[in-house]
This record gives sequence, structure tokens and C-alpha cells, in this order.
Amino acid sequence: LRRFASQEALLAIAVIGLAVVVGFVNPRFLATRNLADILLGNAYIAVAAVGMSMVIISGNIDISVGALIGVLATISGSLAVAGAPVLVAWLVPLALGVAIMAAQGAIVAYLRIPAIVVTLGMLSILKGGLISVTGGKWITDLPQSFHLADLSVLGAPMPVVIMALATAFAAVWMRYSPSGRAIYATGGNAEAARLCGVDPQRTVLMVFALHGLFAGLASLVYATQLRVIQSTTPSGLELTVITASVVGGVSILGGVGTDVGSTLAAILIAEITSALVFINVSPYWTDAVRGGLILATVIADILRRQRRAARGWKK
Amino acid sequence: MSVAAQAPVRRAPRWLARHETLLTIILVIALIGLGAFNDRFLTLDNLLNQGRLMTEIGLIALPMTFVIITGGIDLSVGAIVGLCAIMLGYSWKTFGFPLPLAIVFALAVGGLAGFVNGLVITRVKVPPLIMTIATLALYRGLAEGVSQAHSVRGYPEWFYIMGQGDVFGVPTQLLVLIAAIVVAGVALDRTTFGRTLYAIGANETAARFSALPVDRVKLTVYTLSGLASGFAAFVLVSRVTTTRMDMGMGYELDVIAAVVLGGTSIFGGSGTIWGTVIGLVMIQLLKNGLALTGVKGDATIVVIGVALIVSVLIASSLQRRCD
Repeated sequence: LRRFASQEALLAIAVIGLAVVVGFVNPRFLATRNLADILLGNAYIAVAAVGMSMVIISGNIDISVGALIGVLATISGSLAVAGAPVLVAWLVPLALGVAIMAAQGAIVAYLRIPAIVVTLGMLSILKGGLISVTGGKWITDLPQSFHLADLSVLGAPMPVVIMALATAFAAVWMRYSPSGRAIYATGGNAEAARLCGVDPQRTVLMVFALHGLFAGLASLVYATQLRVIQSTTPSGLELTVITASVVGGVSILGGVGTDVGSTLAAILIAEITSALVFINVSPYWTDAVRGGLILATVIADILRRQRRAARGWKK
Repeated sequence: MSVAAQAPVRRAPRWLARHETLLTIILVIALIGLGAFNDRFLTLDNLLNQGRLMTEIGLIALPMTFVIITGGIDLSVGAIVGLCAIMLGYSWKTFGFPLPLAIVFALAVGGLAGFVNGLVITRVKVPPLIMTIATLALYRGLAEGVSQAHSVRGYPEWFYIMGQGDVFGVPTQLLVLIAAIVVAGVALDRTTFGRTLYAIGANETAARFSALPVDRVKLTVYTLSGLASGFAAFVLVSRVTTTRMDMGMGYELDVIAAVVLGGTSIFGGSGTIWGTVIGLVMIQLLKNGLALTGVKGDATIVVIGVALIVSVLIASSLQRRCD
């Protein structure tokens, strides 16, 4: 029963409620075209937020993901233009994403450097590296077959399919598999997890590697949607991804949250951004609204936890 | 003061001294190396100019050192710079404030922004990382919303003294930075306030039980961080002669890099202003030296990223050996 009062349920209600209200003010908001655009254009954020949720649940953070997605998208596009088989252009970013994130995870887990420092350094490396290698050149003339995102499965566009599958797979895996539960155990209390036979260090490494996989997938959805890849890092993308996770109910203190919540939150944020346009609010206010939203969610989350703790039970 | 408050103080200098010695040695080698590569590098003009360029980051890095010593972090500083720059320009141009009042207003907004961070962190107990990520979006968003992407220019001549002027041949803002460094250094090392920061960072619970005003000190530290960001905004606007909403974007990374490179532990409890200053100078001279030897600006960011990770790796392995 408690599940119905969960963050996921609230988000689902908010997503639908907002659509109804804004649709009432401006019916054009509810046009299939607009709703599809919202979903298609932001699916990659939801995919990246799946991995980010795991990282945050394990008690860490990653601020390099935006830069990583930019780098992987550029590599993927360059490979396709250089005439590599499409499959290679699709799979190399996934492998690279896993490799880069696993390296960061290893430093965090085994050398015990805080994730914020490691990913901050990596952010500089990826961002600077990308611009100095490409010179900010645009990648054009992408082959037709490269556009994975244009395909559809049973009438559903690929980005939405990938988003749904990634979310569902991760949700089931995190809830029911021992390795998935280990993420919660590590984030909740690493020492207690160790005593229960969970290896927190291996768990953190695994979480980062998986996060790299989802970041690779996100970059794929992102890159194959574009006709022109700008070969720069999408600015503030890491923040959007973290926002989706946090608004989705993933607690930054570790140990709590689901990726269903983060996916719903990613959709909600995209919906809000679009809604602001339809009710004639200047797009320059979007970030302020988004910031206010995170702040409110975070404060509500903490207060709720404190009230529960006061009532004498945890989580 | 309890044992818990003194213990890290007694232990820290041993490895800190090493870290800073190491850093100074690297700095000197880098200086000589870069100077040998390019004869424009080690000129007084160039060095003073670099001092001018690093002031904004430096001003914020000082209170950031305090924040990190308490075991916190402030990611919203860059956004506060943007917000204050916009507030300065807008209160002057649109609300018609006299310019000196507009400057004070911008500083007040910065202080308030930091105060809000500190208030929520201490009262609601939101982790600093999350609180300041949230306000990073919020403050930048306010800057964007208020300015609607319009920039403000055309300040009177006297306004540029701070950012472009010289006093006895030294850039004005560099003198301000040096004064701020001295004040921050003395405050951290020689006052109860400063020692309380270490106590909080080493063991917050112990600090509370020792009847130290933990919340008040933390609130002060975050407010100072906002205030310094506001002042940095003033210096920045005066240097580049215009106000834009994207000012200070990414400053948080440079600032934290300087502090962490300077040997302040991200876990809190140890660190010095001296280390931060060396970290700051090192980053700036590295950027400049590499640029002069023909490395493009963006590639120097890579070097800083690598330097950050490597220095923390070295510091933490040194620390483990000392423990």
C-alpha cells in the first residue's frame, strides 16, 4: 500500500496532471507531435539517469557524464562518417563508456579517492580533450543507416524503446538480483554491507561500469537522432541527469531510490520545459524553475526521512 | 578544545608540509622549464598579467578552502558569480541604482545566496554537495531569467579601476587578492574561528560535544563563499567591461581544483591557505606557460584534470603512509 504514496506514483501523477493542466491552457501542448517530441528529445537523458541513479544509490556521484556523452557521440559519429560499419559505430561508444567509467570506478573504489574529485578531473580531461582534438568541428554527412534513433519497433520509436527497456531491465535487476541489492546495501551502509558478505569495492566498480554502459547507450540515442553532431560537450547535461535522479527520489545520502523514478522525473522535467514555452514563459526561466524544483524535492526528501527517523524506523 | 579537535592539527602538518614542499618543488621546476621554453613567460609583465587573470578564482578559492576544511563543498560559486554580475548590471541600468550602490547590492546578493546555502545545509541538513548542485541550477537560472540573455555594458571609466587599473604598477585586483590571502591565512591559522573549522572537519560530532558553535560557523563559511563570489563578480565585470548571464560558468571546477591541488583534503579536517595559493598559482602558470609554448587553451584543461587526479592520488597515498 505504501508503494502508492511513493515518489514514483507522485511523479506519474505529476506527469499526467501537468499535461492536463497545460493542455487546458493551451490545447496545442497535447498534440501528438509535441508529446512525441518531448519523449524523443529527452529519452537519452532518462537512459543516462538510469546509470546515474545506480551511482548515487551506491553513495557516489558522477559529474563527468555530460562530457562523456559528448565525447562518445562524437566518436560514434566520426566512425560512421569515416566509413566504419554501422555496427562498429554503435558498439564502440558502449565499450568506451564502460572502459572510462570502470577506470573511474576503480580509482574511487580501490584507491579511495572521492568520486567528486575523480569525476571532476575526468570532466576536465574529456571536455578539454574533445575540443582540442576536434577543434569544435561539426560532423555532417552521417550515413543514412547510422540513424538508429529513426528506426522503430512495432510502431514505437527506438529512443522510447531503449528508454523503456533500459529502465525496466535495471529496475528488475536492482530489485531482485543479489548484485542489484548489493548496490543498495553498499550505499546504505558500506560497513554493514561488508559484514553481510557484500564486497562494497567490487560493487562500486560494477556500478560505475554499468553507468558507463548506460552513458554509452544514451550517447547512442543522442547521436543517432542528430543530423549534425556538434562535437562539443552538451553544457550542463550532467546537471540535468543528476536532477532527474534526485527528483526521481534517489537519495543522495545513498541506499534509496529506483530508476523508474528517475525516468519519470526525466520525462517530467522535459514536460515542464516544454510547458513553459506553451504558456508563454520565456525559456530563460527554465533553469530557474528546474533549480527550484530540485531544491524543493531535495528538501522534501530530507524532511520526510527525518520525520520517519523520528518515528523510529528507517527507510 | 578536546583531543579530537587537536589530534588532526598535530598530525596534519607533517604530511601537509610534505605535500606543500612537493608542490612548491613542482612549481619551481615547471617555472624554470616553461621559462626555458619561452622567453616571454618569465617576464614581470606576463607574471603580473597572470596575477590579474587569476584573481577571480583566487578570491573564491580562499573561502572554498574554509568550506572544504569543514568537510563541505560549494558547487554554486560559479552560478553566484553569474547572478551577482547580472544583479550589478541590472540594478544599475534597469533599476537606476547609482553604480556604487549597485556594487554593494551585488555583494549583498552574493552574501544572501551563500547564506541560503548555509541555512539549508545547517538547518535542514541537506548534504552540501546536493544543496549547492541545486542552487547552482537555481542561481544560474535566476541570472538567465532576470537578464533574458541581454548584456549590460557602457560602465563609467572609474568602474574599470578594479579590473584594469594598476596601483604602483601592480594590478589593483592582485593587491586585493594578496590582502584577502593574508586575512584568510591569519583567520584560519590564528583565530578560534579558524581552528573551529578544522575541528568540525575532523569530527563534527566531537566538535558539537565540545560546545563549538558548529552551525553558526558553517553558516558563516557558506555566506563568506557567496560574498567572495559576489566580489569576484565585481572584479570580473570590471575587467571584461561587460555583464553577461554566463559569467563564472565552470568556475566551481577551477576553484575546487586549486584548493584540492593545494593539499586540502576533500574529506575535511586539513588544509592551508598557503597550499591553496600554490595550487592557484600553479594552475594559472601551467595554463599560461602551456599556452605560450603553443598548446591550445582547451588542451590545458586536460592537463589540469590530470594534475588534479594525480595530485590527490599522491596526497592520499602519502597520507596513508603517515597514518
